[in-house]
Amino acid sequence: MTGTLRVDGVSKSFGGLQALADCSLTASAGRITGLIGPNGSGKTTLFNAITGYERIDAGQVYLDEQRITGASPQRVFALGVGRTFQLTRIFPRLTVLENMLVPANRGRPARERREHAMDLLAFTGIAGHAGALAGTLSYGQRKLLELAYVLVADPAVVLLDEPAGGVNPSLIHHIADRIRELNSAGRTFLIVEHNMEFVMGLCHQVTVLDSGTVVASGPPEVIRADPRVLDAYLGTETAND
Amino acid sequence: MTPDQTAGKAAASDQVAPDPPATAPATVTTKAGTRHAWQLSSRSLAVAGVALLIAVVGLFPLVFTNPTVTNIGVITLIFVAVASAWNTFSGFSGYLSLGHAVFYGTGAYFLAVAARDWNLNGAAVFWLLPLAGVVTAVVAVPVGLVALRVRRQTFVVVTIAYFFIAQLSASNLTVTGGSSGLLLPVPNWAPETFNNPFYYVAMILAAGTVALSVLIRRSVFGLQLRAIRDDEDRAAGLGVRAMPVKLSALVLSAFITGMAGALWVYFIGQAVPQFVFDPLFDLAVVLMAFFGGLGTVAGPVLGALILEPTQFYLNLQYTNNYESEILFGALFLVVILFLPRGVLPTAGEWVTSGRIRRLRDGWLTRRARRTANRPAPPATGNLS
Repeated sequence: MTGTLRVDGVSKSFGGLQALADCSLTASAGRITGLIGPNGSGKTTLFNAITGYERIDAGQVYLDEQRITGASPQRVFALGVGRTFQLTRIFPRLTVLENMLVPANRGRPARERREHAMDLLAFTGIAGHAGALAGTLSYGQRKLLELAYVLVADPAVVLLDEPAGGVNPSLIHHIADRIRELNSAGRTFLIVEHNMEFVMGLCHQVTVLDSGTVVASGPPEVIRADPRVLDAYLGTETAND
Repeated sequence: MTPDQTAGKAAASDQVAPDPPATAPATVTTKAGTRHAWQLSSRSLAVAGVALLIAVVGLFPLVFTNPTVTNIGVITLIFVAVASAWNTFSGFSGYLSLGHAVFYGTGAYFLAVAARDWNLNGAAVFWLLPLAGVVTAVVAVPVGLVALRVRRQTFVVVTIAYFFIAQLSASNLTVTGGSSGLLLPVPNWAPETFNNPFYYVAMILAAGTVALSVLIRRSVFGLQLRAIRDDEDRAAGLGVRAMPVKLSALVLSAFITGMAGALWVYFIGQAVPQFVFDPLFDLAVVLMAFFGGLGTVAGPVLGALILEPTQFYLNLQYTNNYESEILFGALFLVVILFLPRGVLPTAGEWVTSGRIRRLRDGWLTRRARRTANRPAPPATGNLS
């Protein structure tokens, strides 16, 4: 099975701030990996480093056995890694369907690309808005649109940055169901999320970042019980359970 | 299971989207039929409108034979082409260029020099127009490679810098005739119909540019340009190769602008740096696009068709020149303040909001009637 994403000893600093320090993790093919950690722990910086939005100071990033370190965002996307952003980044002055047609998806006739786009919009549940300007969508619908257009080019690995952030509870379940369905078809997911219920219920593997370093990695039930994780991140939440 | 296969199984919650039911009842078929008929009629209307416009523009110099009027017609059509070409790059991509006079001037000087050196005159000079476009497009490649390395506001400043480099070069180079410029051959045509060949060449150029603009707007290339306008980094993250897309649009825009500049200089008969590289040229083109609707196909055309004759009219009415410039500037302010998105998009919004207001008013009236007809609730006694 293809679609294993491996980060090996990645470091990144912004001036005097060390955002990532010798960070290593693996998102195994066909699995859902959660990436958690307190605010400022380097989760989004790691996403940016993987997808070519930030140049890293040291380390390597591999997709399967191919090194993608330093590749441009369009190259990373072309190689099969799609991502969404913490604050949704759609094209507000294009219609929802036009948004779906932006991702480079050459080799298919125009009619087939539109059909595929509509299928994905139906899959995420926003096909009824295909003709609306994307800027008029609600926040939750924008999250779904972002997920849908990342899927257009059929990436092997999908990175989701806080897919449940700022979304109402019923929509969170809808998003989780869609991710499970896509994963059951063999797609790899790496998900940054603060909603612990969402992460623990969805992910096969969870990696914990703290101050740019991986402090723990394992199945959700192990992570829940890990004292280092409780110290770094989950202590308060566990106490409230 | 792929998303395509699972699409049918996806059941959106009410909060997500009220998607239509999978099996369409008979009423939906009727609505779809009505919509299809409406789309057909609106398309037929659009085709009829374009055909009528072409007929009117084509017959214009035959009906209005006054040379002053046809002179306005030639310049207006040249600006229709330039404003559309400018919009194809700047309006679609969001990179506002204030340096298109560089391309206009390059085409103009190329034609002036080529016509002189190759001893061309009359209608033969028109064959130089495509070549002027090609030369300008070649010039636009290094210009774009440097200017497009920066974003948005900085890009505007870089294009202004290019403009001044071009103007100063034209004023000092021997090949351009220095500050005194170059004279072009005057065709030996009858005075009463002298403008007509220029008019029809300008009409072909304008029509071709608008047709190209429509094609680009509907293409994947145009979609990528508009995605770059909305969020260039995001577009790159979805596989859009931003630099080649932007550069191609700029070169295409420069190609047309160069041809327009070449036609214009042949029409006025003289290439002088301060007129060929005129800062007001860029302002006029930007104003036309903003006036009609930036990033739309019809907007810059409408802007040029209204503003260029208006400017001529004001110049004729106020011969001291500065009063007409003040009035033109005031018009620009009015447009920016009251129609910031341009005439066509604002008019579209007015129509839509009018429809919504009528729907809301109708619903409020019906609700008031229902409330009035509802029987009064039974008395519950004195609560005091």
